[in-house]
This record gives sequence, C-alpha cells and structure tokens, in this order.
Amino acid sequence: MHALEKILAKAAGLPRVRPGEIVNAKVDLAEVNDLYLQAIKSFHEMGGQKVHDPNKIAFVLDHYAPAPTIQSAANQKVMREFVWEQGIPHLFDIDAGVCHQVMLEAGLVYPGMVLVATDSHTTTHGAAGAYGTGVGATDLACIMLTGEMWFRVPEIMKIELSGTLPHGVMAKDAVLHVLGKLKQDAAVYKAVEYTGEAVAAMSMAERMVLCNMAVEMGATTAYIAPDEITRAYLEPRLGYWPEVAHTDADFTYWATYAFDVSELEPQLAAPHSIDNLVGISECQGTKIDQAFIGTCTGGRVEDLAVAAKILKGKKIHPHTRLVIIPASREVFLTATRLGYTEALVEAGATFSTPGCGPCLGAHQGALAPGEVCVTASSRNFPGRMGSTQAEIYAASPAVCAASALEGRLADPRKYLVEGGYRK
Amino acid sequence: MKIRGKVYRFGRNIDTDQIYPGRYLELHEPQEIAKHVMEGASASFAAEVRPGDIIVASTNFGCGSSREHAAIALKKVGISVVIAESFACIFYRNCINLGLPLLVCPKVSELVTQGDYIEADLAAGTVKNITQNTEVQGEALSEHIINIIRAGGVKPLFKAKFGQG
Repeated sequence: MHALEKILAKAAGLPRVRPGEIVNAKVDLAEVNDLYLQAIKSFHEMGGQKVHDPNKIAFVLDHYAPAPTIQSAANQKVMREFVWEQGIPHLFDIDAGVCHQVMLEAGLVYPGMVLVATDSHTTTHGAAGAYGTGVGATDLACIMLTGEMWFRVPEIMKIELSGTLPHGVMAKDAVLHVLGKLKQDAAVYKAVEYTGEAVAAMSMAERMVLCNMAVEMGATTAYIAPDEITRAYLEPRLGYWPEVAHTDADFTYWATYAFDVSELEPQLAAPHSIDNLVGISECQGTKIDQAFIGTCTGGRVEDLAVAAKILKGKKIHPHTRLVIIPASREVFLTATRLGYTEALVEAGATFSTPGCGPCLGAHQGALAPGEVCVTASSRNFPGRMGSTQAEIYAASPAVCAASALEGRLADPRKYLVEGGYRK
Repeated sequence: MKIRGKVYRFGRNIDTDQIYPGRYLELHEPQEIAKHVMEGASASFAAEVRPGDIIVASTNFGCGSSREHAAIALKKVGISVVIAESFACIFYRNCINLGLPLLVCPKVSELVTQGDYIEADLAAGTVKNITQNTEVQGEALSEHIINIIRAGGVKPLFKAKFGQG
C-alpha cells in the first residue's frame, strides 16, 4: 500500500484499502473557515446539538479578515458564538491568518492524520505527510455530527521533479510548469505525490506550494513523504514526532510523470486558466496595474523575503499597485523582525493584515474591469479577483515583485544575484 | 429515475467562481444565492433558467473552490441534473449531498446543443437526445447515491440516523 492508503485504512479501521473503494474514516481534524456559515446551518438542519468531539474541530476566520461588510461580520459573529457554545478550543480569529498556514504553525497538523477542511487548498497539508482534503459545508457538518466522513480511496499518481531549480526560479514555477504540461483536469479525484531530488531540496514552504497547487490539477489530496526537513519544521510545533507510515517498495502508481526543473525559466499562467502556461520570455513587457503577494500559495516568509530582496531600496512603478498580505500573524511578525516589511513598505507596497485578501475577489485589492494583475496566489479564473473583465497572471512571488518594480511583467532573475535567495 | 428537460450548454473547466462568484460568498440564504447562479459564465442564465432545466458541460465541471454556494445556487433554481464529461471531486460531493444529481457521461458534449430536450436515466446512466433522436451511455449512479438523491440529500438521512432532537 501507499502511505496515503495506510492513513485511510487506519482511520477506517481496515487492514487495507484499494483505489475506488468507499470507506468511512475517522477525521482527526475538521476545519471550517468564515465562508461556511452553512456548515453550522447544515449541522442544525440535521438535528445536531452538540458536536461529536470539539477537540477535533477548528474554526479559522480568514477569508473575510477583518470583516469588510455587515453581512460577513454577522456571519463571523454566529461562528464565534457557535465555537464558544460548543467548547471548541481552536478558534483562530481575524488576527491569525490563512487557515492552512495557521494550522501548520499551530502544531495541529502531523504526518498520518486525516484533515478535512472547507477549503479546496487543504491539499497543502500533504507537505506535512497528512491526508488533507477539501469539502463543502454539508460534508463538514456531517463530520461535526459524527466524527467521520466517507472517502473514495483515490488512485495515486507520482510527479517526480529532478534537477535543481535555477536562481530566481521557485517552487511555484515548478508546479505551474507541471500544470501547463499535464493540464488542469489531469488529476481529477487522484492523489498526487511529489518526489525527486528537486523536492528533497525544497524547504517546507516550497513543498507547501507544490501540494497547495495539486488541487489546481483536480487532485483530492497531495503527499510528500516526510523527511528530516519535515521533521525539523513540525517537531518543535508538535512537541513530539509520530511514527510515519511509509509506502511499500512494491507499490504501483496509477501514473508517473517526470520533469527536470534545471532549465526552467519563470512560469506564468496567462488569463484565464491555470494551465495556460507561458514562460516569462514570452510575455514580459505586458503592462500591469496590480501585483499581489500573499495567500496560502504565496504569502510565506520566503515569499516576502524574495520580494524584499528585489525591491529593497527601490520604488515600484508609479502606475502600479503592490498588495502584500502575509499568510499569517507568525509570517507577518517574522518578516517584520527580518526587515522585509519595512523594505517593502518603503518601496511602495500596500500591506494588509493576514488573511486571504483579494485572492477570491472579496476585498482588500479587487480588480476593476480592464485591469491586469500578476498574482502569487493560485487561481486566475475569470472574475476570480474581481471583475470578469480583469486579466490575471499567476506567477511566483519573485515575478510579482519584479513586475511591480517595472510596471509590466518582468523577469526577476536579473534582480537576484547568483547564489542569492536560495542560499 | 428518469429526468427530462431543456439543455443549457457549457464548456470545459467551468470553475465554481464562474458558477458562483466570490464576491457573493457572504450570502447564505438559498434564494439570495440563487440570484447569482452561473453569473461568472453567463450574464443571462439566472434570468432565463427554469425549474427542470438541465446543464450539460464538457470536462472538469465545478473545479476550483469548495464553496457549497455553487451547488446550492444550481439546486435552488431547479436544475434537475448536471451532465458533464467529468466533475471536480468537491463539487461532486457537494451536489450529491444536497440531492442534486450529477451524471458523468464521456461523450455528452458531442451529443447535445443548446436548447435540445434530453432525457437522463440516472440508474442506467444513459442520456437520450429527444430533439436529435440520439443516445449516449454514461456512468450509472450507484444505488447508494440514488438513495441519497431520492431522500433529497444527506441531511434528511443524517437527521434520521444521528439527529439529537
């Protein structure tokens, strides 16, 4: 069996599971964000009064942090009251940040767990060796009521990244390249495992980007086998290190794809789909109105670090806005202590407090008709960040920073000295 | 279980931002949500759609965000079934949970054009184009899923089994 199958089998109380099988599995943590008042409504509609186990539930108020409208404030109010009334210990309010980053930082995510959240990017937690998957409100309500959910055991595809990422080329570029080749429906209801020397060399932040974007090819979950890098990140947060299930040597993958990342140039997903890939050399010079660095895809310390490296001591183009939203309070504090916040604000960046920001077009940097944005977030669907007449390029935080500087899509490599930010 | 209706045709990779744009995610009453159904893909759909109508799409329908609003909106305006060559997995679960049937039918986008009348047989997995007198075979829904659809979604089933009063 694959490690992911072992996780599901254990949670389902079965000796083994096979792809295609439907199993009922115990959920170790169910997380609800502030778009999902319906989860509480569905819980009550099903006759729920007390949640199955409050310790296995978390609420994160991140998509509307802080509340931009009376309605979103009212929704958050109901959620807080539900959390307090039910004795749920894990409430991350509007000060905390994006759910995926926050849960990992808080030590709620560990190898071998089953994590279900009302957010498609729950695949991110594969970077921690967890089985993470996104659901809607009613599935989450069913978990709050019973502690379990049904899963269809997914087929597992392996994506092997060999070689070494060149300077100025990030994990985001690697995963965009994969999406451009495999296309956005390549992994519908599959699990995606990333392996290879390029993955082994990546930090946890970079691995989170790979797993986060797995959902953009349709994956139900993602996985990177935990190693010493995983352990160094998680153990201090967990206070222990669990026994990790390994994939059997004779396991046969549903499909295997291999990519060499050594020659990659910065990659961009052009409007309006995430698999509409171009290299920076094909699109540089396109005028932009806004650059955005943030979210569960591109708002970590490493992302702000590369932006600060590019922009320190300079000013962004006068016709361009640069919106920066740290993924979490911890990211914001760290970036501030390291001087990145100051360098970026002095360069002309507009900072907002941790949360999802304009990624989903709700607030804090929505786009007007006819505007062009380059974003470190994960999606460039029509209307995703505001007007359906806006155009969105998805790219690495380095491309976003360089583009803000020049006021047009720009190659960040010229601003990143050889031996630069990856060292 | 057979469902007849008029077809609204959509293309590939219709994501949930197109089905239900993010700027309306704070809404939670189904009748308010329904006003914005498919707004990111078609400006006229919400005004034109009638209860019983059928959506037919190409691959990867419902990709992207997990927002249940997308399924709620389609259900509330009375879409009787969505037929596509493939569905994104979270959207699939959301629709079945609400009792909105989905049918996976690999060749369906070649079979129908906008405005055709078709009949979908959920238990057999077949889609018959009444207007053009053609038929294709899709994937039959399992008995488990048909039972959820018949019950009107998982909520009545869970209420009966786990309801706490």
